[in-house]
Amino acid sequence: MSEAIKTFFSPSVLGPEIFYGSSVALFLIGLYMVLVKKNLVKIAIGLTFIESGVNLFLISIGYVWGKTAPILNKTLMMGTPSKEVVDPVPQALVLTAIVIGVAVTAMALSIVIVIHDKYGTLNISKIKELKW
Amino acid sequence: MIRRLFVLVLLIIIGYFLGTAMASIPFGAEKVDVGPYRSVGNYYVDNTVQETGGVNAVTSIVVLYRGFDTLGEVTVLFLAATGLAAILALTRERRKLKKEKPSLIMRVGTDYLFPAAIVLGSYVFLHGHLTPGGGFPGGVIIASGFLMLFLAQWRYKVDELGLKIIESLAGMTYVTIGLIGLFKLGTFLGNFLGKGTPGALLSAGIIPVIYIVIGIKVGSEMTGLLQNLRETTENE
Repeated sequence: MSEAIKTFFSPSVLGPEIFYGSSVALFLIGLYMVLVKKNLVKIAIGLTFIESGVNLFLISIGYVWGKTAPILNKTLMMGTPSKEVVDPVPQALVLTAIVIGVAVTAMALSIVIVIHDKYGTLNISKIKELKW
Repeated sequence: MIRRLFVLVLLIIIGYFLGTAMASIPFGAEKVDVGPYRSVGNYYVDNTVQETGGVNAVTSIVVLYRGFDTLGEVTVLFLAATGLAAILALTRERRKLKKEKPSLIMRVGTDYLFPAAIVLGSYVFLHGHLTPGGGFPGGVIIASGFLMLFLAQWRYKVDELGLKIIESLAGMTYVTIGLIGLFKLGTFLGNFLGKGTPGALLSAGIIPVIYIVIGIKVGSEMTGLLQNLRETTENE
């Protein structure tokens, strides 16, 4: 199974750069949305894009060719599991980061709702106090 | 237009430097020390079964090795939910809702999917120490069931006081488990229950207990959060 995955993602087909490349791409798309878009909801979506890019980057840094997920079964418990499974620390960190991301998104959306109630619009160029 | 061009140039510069920095990190290679116990990740993986009894190394790290961190994480989520409720309750004007009935497919589909979502969420947080998942994804799956109810039935409302009581009880149970560990073993969130057979449902000491508590807490918190974000129907 891992061999099949390895051939699918081998440099001749997709290239391992796909993981780093897509994390950078997600980050840049999110940054573009935050900087250029005028709709506040789209800006909030851009923030979640940046989060996804960073999370994908952390996870793909932790990956090692040919190793499996850090969930041990009977055969893995017999030997030294660290030779067979990937580093679990980045995954635990990303678990935390996702939860914090949900909290940040919820707060951002609540502020968007309040702004919409106060000004009657989501377009930041129509909110005069916020112009740049 | 000028601004958009400026932003694009900025993004190209940032992308170039990020790309060159990442190009120096080989993908899929061994990055930490390969020796037996020199890296903390290897230590966790090699000792999780002997020390905690849990077979899922990620949840062992999240609940036991870095349990205090997870308590802080739960606190952050709680603060976000409370802050959202406070911001919306203080400033938001209650408005009438446009009446548009949800479609038949939505209503009937929710009737079947809601129990399935609750069961799947409970399964995910009960088996956190054995399979991928845990308290946070399980709680979010349960909340997604309630989100379906909110979408399918405009008048459906969860009792907010009940949600608060459930959530507070779950949070207090978490801290109490930590304090019992402190008194019994001398470390906060110490694993005072038996380790059991690795791989069995009742194993890994306090990991399943804490994950059940986290699942209930996150589920009720996210449900309350979704209910707050929804348009209100009160002044009809």
